[in-house]
Amino acid sequence: MIDSVVVIVVHLVFALAITPVLIGVMRTVRARLEGRVGGGIVQPWRDVIKLFAKEPLRAPGSSPVLTWAPLLLMASSLVLCALIPLVSTLPLAGVPGELFVVVSVLLLGTVALAMLGLEAGTAFGGMGSSRHMVFTALVEPTVLLSIYALSVPAGTSALAAIVRSRRDDLSSLLNPVSILAIAALIVVVIAETGRLPVDNPATHLELTMVHEAMILESGGRDLGWLEFGSWLRLTALLGLTVNLAVPWAVAGDASWTALLVGVAATTVKLVAAAALLAAVEVFLAKLRLFRVPELLAGSFVLAFLSVSASYLVF
Amino acid sequence: MNLVDAGLYGLLGSATVAIVMAIVLTGRVRNVIAGLAVLATGVAAALTGLATLLGYSGTGLAIPVALPLVGDLDALVLAPDRLGGFFMLLAGLVIAASALFGIGYAHGPAASRTGWTGFAAFALGVVLVPAAADAITFLLAWELMALGSTVLLLAEHATRQAVRAATIWYAVMTHLSFLLLLAGFGVLINAAGGTSWARMVGIAEPTASLAFALLVAGFATKAGLVPVHVWLPRAHPEAPSHASAAMSAAMVKMGIYGILLVTLRLLPNGPSWWAVVLVALGAISALYGILQASVQSDLKRLLAYSTTENVGLITTAIGVGLLLHQSGQHAAADVALIAALLLALSHAAFKTVLFLGAGAVLHATGERDLDQLGGLASRMPITALTFGVGALGAAALPVTSGFVAEWVLLQALIHADAKTDRLLAVVMPLTMGVVALTIGLGLLTFVKAAGIGFLARPRSQAASEASEVGFSMRLALLGSAGLTIGLGLIPGPLSQLLAGAVGASGIATTGLTGLELGGLGVVVLNPLALTALTLVLLAGVLVVNGIASRRHPRREVELPWGCGGERTSPRMEYNATSYSEPLARVFGGSLHTRRSVEVEHPDDAPLLVSGIEFNQETVDLVEHRVYLPAARLAERFGDFARKLQNGSIHRYVGFSFAALLLVLVLVTR
Repeated sequence: MIDSVVVIVVHLVFALAITPVLIGVMRTVRARLEGRVGGGIVQPWRDVIKLFAKEPLRAPGSSPVLTWAPLLLMASSLVLCALIPLVSTLPLAGVPGELFVVVSVLLLGTVALAMLGLEAGTAFGGMGSSRHMVFTALVEPTVLLSIYALSVPAGTSALAAIVRSRRDDLSSLLNPVSILAIAALIVVVIAETGRLPVDNPATHLELTMVHEAMILESGGRDLGWLEFGSWLRLTALLGLTVNLAVPWAVAGDASWTALLVGVAATTVKLVAAAALLAAVEVFLAKLRLFRVPELLAGSFVLAFLSVSASYLVF
Repeated sequence: MNLVDAGLYGLLGSATVAIVMAIVLTGRVRNVIAGLAVLATGVAAALTGLATLLGYSGTGLAIPVALPLVGDLDALVLAPDRLGGFFMLLAGLVIAASALFGIGYAHGPAASRTGWTGFAAFALGVVLVPAAADAITFLLAWELMALGSTVLLLAEHATRQAVRAATIWYAVMTHLSFLLLLAGFGVLINAAGGTSWARMVGIAEPTASLAFALLVAGFATKAGLVPVHVWLPRAHPEAPSHASAAMSAAMVKMGIYGILLVTLRLLPNGPSWWAVVLVALGAISALYGILQASVQSDLKRLLAYSTTENVGLITTAIGVGLLLHQSGQHAAADVALIAALLLALSHAAFKTVLFLGAGAVLHATGERDLDQLGGLASRMPITALTFGVGALGAAALPVTSGFVAEWVLLQALIHADAKTDRLLAVVMPLTMGVVALTIGLGLLTFVKAAGIGFLARPRSQAASEASEVGFSMRLALLGSAGLTIGLGLIPGPLSQLLAGAVGASGIATTGLTGLELGGLGVVVLNPLALTALTLVLLAGVLVVNGIASRRHPRREVELPWGCGGERTSPRMEYNATSYSEPLARVFGGSLHTRRSVEVEHPDDAPLLVSGIEFNQETVDLVEHRVYLPAARLAERFGDFARKLQNGSIHRYVGFSFAALLLVLVLVTR
């Protein structure tokens, strides 16, 4: 019980501390590759602090969703960070980080965002919300199938146990099941966090934007929560993917040395993955909206092949 | 007399009181007294079911029957077993909630003598079906349920044309179901030499397969599985809302009860193609149902298609359970069967909330078209809150019953060992994909239903003048929403009870509230702990938010970000049709939408535009490609038969003579 609490606290502090840095790294890498100076690595921190010092506005006739959706998104992202084996694979007492539980916590945040998009009653909000939900619906089978494929060799659907078994059996990293499933998961992470080529995180003014369209009507501290909450989702999903792909040095228990090693290792892995993601994004253009389902269908095929392979290989 | 028998007497008595009161009383008093009596019937049925689940078994209630000119007839026996008890509990709770809602809701023809008598008879039929211990009692109760619901459906036939068409579809389909069941039970009774369930065991092939095919076809028609789902999206929207809630949440479950009765009790250990048929039927229904639901803009039609989806998921779970039993993996199979029961109960809970919520909206605005609603969250807070809970349940999100049920189903799928069995290696991942896509599309559907209906700004005059519904309706909404959340928070004890109903083992409660699937290794779900963790983290967020809002409080402004302009007209908001447009495009192959754009020009200036009208409707492909051609064929046959009857008396005398000759030839041969 005590160990679980320690691990949850470490996960949360780690995620809260590294997330703005991660976003800062991604923006800086992108800026440098495009020949700009960029705002620097701590700029996201300054943005959030600025937003929290501003008053949010409220239109007459708006419902409590306006106030509560940003808070719920933030809370669901925090729960996500607590449950995903970012630093340690210790099974948590009472709340095992089980695949379906994690996915539905993620979906709760998605629903909060989509409801917020509809709340204001503007065309932009509805448009973003509708597109976001279509992508979510199409991503869902890939998420479940790809982790299902990884869970077959591990014999469990608890994420921590899957990471642990992959860390202990390094031969499982380089086989078709693992590679196909990780490839499918990367597409999922890109679609769920609204990165290129699915959505452009750097724009406010495109008719095809998805994430920005939903949060267009929020301001001040509401926007602060929304931004931070969405960034945390990126950290959590990216963290899960890197720990599944390269599970070295993830702590197995709650001892301080193991946790410190885990924090250091995950930091390195996350920063590297984020820099890579940002570098690749420079060379990508946004896909046409109705080409995105084809990308997602492709990732579903990868995940399905991976499940089939898992029955043949093991 | 024990608890079960007392409960059976209680429900028969209170249903009789309900029918008598509905006939004798008038006006507002009829609503209250007849409604309360039906409520009592529901409660009695639920208690009887609960007692059965807890292990009390009745001595059986035998109702002697006699017909003139017929020798000794077996008595009709009411003696629910555990499986029947579970469905009595489910149906009783739904009936109780919808009767309570009906007290405030019923008006016009639905509150008439016929309306309440029909509702009481329907309620009695629904709760007696799972109590029946022999085929004859079962079929009688089944028919009572069918007739009562047809009468209810007809309530508003005088004022709305669509009601008549819906009733014809419903009556035809429900009797098709009855005929198939009659034939199926006929085969079983003939082979077993008796009508009671206890006699019908150990029937050999190929009789068993014939009976299975007939009975499952009949039950699938009642349950609303594709391709025999066509009555659902017509009947549910046109019935009064408390009746649609009871029909969708309780009556279609009797189809599920039937499938379980056949596959677990009457014909256990069937061949594996039975299971594959059930999985395929369920998976197709689930996907087709949720795809159709996602593009509907009529709220009750959307809910009706979502019923097809949920019934499909339940059937899939049953099929998976049977398939796993076949391959000897009894632990995973038991989990799948428990999942089927949990899905059924959870669907009953959230679909009651959703249909009653739709009824409350209809009551307050007179609209069930989502494109005309909006902004109801601030005008009808209780309805909005409870509908939101129901929508969460339908989207299978925590902490509702829907989440727990789908979690259990996915655990069964993921823990099935498919390495040795090629059939499983194909079926399990496909089923997983179907279930996952269904969850995703369900999410979109219910975000749309709740978001477009209750958020944003009113899209019509009626929606902007809506006000919260009356006390009994709010109570029914809160009760069923409470059940949805309660089952989601504390799934352990109930799941353990359900295990007895399908003869499953390895299901245990952990830490008083959580659910442990012991047969699959240590697989634990403890929603209460998860909720506690979430609340602690939310509290942290709230503290930070509170500090920030002390310094910079929220400010109300007319037109935020309006740039000094006017507020846009509500007609420019995103509506339900536009919300599902991207999806309709992505799934264009399986969702056939018809669009028409008409542009009007002023008479003197053909290049100017004075008005544009856009219409879009989604066509049910099954109805279009299967039923309408069949109906046309029948019509052509009828036209041909009409030629035989030209009204000439000579021809009829000729027919009689020919018939006489034929009889003589046959007799003397």
